[in-house]
Amino acid sequence: MRVPILKQGDYLIAPIQSALSDADFLRMQNELVDQVGKLRSRGVIVDVTALDVMDSFATRTLRSTALMTRLRGAETVIVGVQPEVAFSMVQLGLTLRMEDVETALDLDEGLAFLDRQTKG
Amino acid sequence: MADEMRVPISTDADIITARQKGRALAEWVGFSGSDLTIIASAISELARNIIEYAGHGEIIIRLAERGARRGIVIVARDDGPGIPDVALAMQDGYSTGKGLGLGLPGARRLMDEFEIVSEVGKGTTVTVGKWR
Ligand SMILES: Nc1ncnc2c1ncn2[C@@H]1O[C@H](COP(=O)(O)OP(=O)(O)OP(=O)(O)O)[C@@H](O)[C@H]1O
Ligand SMILES: [Mg+2]
Repeated sequence: MRVPILKQGDYLIAPIQSALSDADFLRMQNELVDQVGKLRSRGVIVDVTALDVMDSFATRTLRSTALMTRLRGAETVIVGVQPEVAFSMVQLGLTLRMEDVETALDLDEGLAFLDRQTKG
Repeated sequence: MADEMRVPISTDADIITARQKGRALAEWVGFSGSDLTIIASAISELARNIIEYAGHGEIIIRLAERGARRGIVIVARDDGPGIPDVALAMQDGYSTGKGLGLGLPGARRLMDEFEIVSEVGKGTTVTVGKWR
């Protein structure tokens, strides 16, 4: 399942719409890192509302996506982590590894965060 | 729904199949909310280890009953290289790959029961269970 990448002003939005295979995750990562340069984006929002599981691979990939896009000059925010998903991520021990990744409740909050970061 | 499901694991897409089947059986057993996510997450970690370290194997998902209690048992087995030091592999942060070293200890924290049997050159079997 390919993740569409939408341009909204200075930002890119990647709304994940269903469970993703590892290959899909990596493709999304490559496309985001690439598009951030092509479109000179200042921010990226990855919407994980539709994910019912975030395991160690998904977390690791989202974290490295955030670090890579930051090196390309764009801030990444992960939005939409569901309550049950948050619960099991903490049990797995995954939260610590997310420390250097920004998160926000939903798309609106993510956009507001990016506006503060890039237009402040 | 059958009392037992077997999912062969050899590609990353099989990980999704295994956790969706696990989730469906868990729902049927009566689990809900965060328990479903927990069970799916544990399956995901065990299935990924099979692919990463053994190449292929299988996930067996079965309904369990103990007196009046119902639950779900997941067996992840492979004929891969095995784990030389299981105690070490169970430590948070220990990884021989590029992982975070959280899969096995995380799966133990997520589930009520956890057992691992591994023999070098023979393979690895991880059995986890959760009760209602
Ligand atoms: N099925 C298996 N066969 C052989 N070795 C395994 C198997 N599962 C785990 N291991 C070994 O145990 C180590 C720890 O596994 P664990 O799942 O906890 O962490 P990881 O896979 O390295 O990283 P993560 O799961 O956080 O991405 C692995 O690095 C690997 O050496
Ligand atoms: Mg692992």
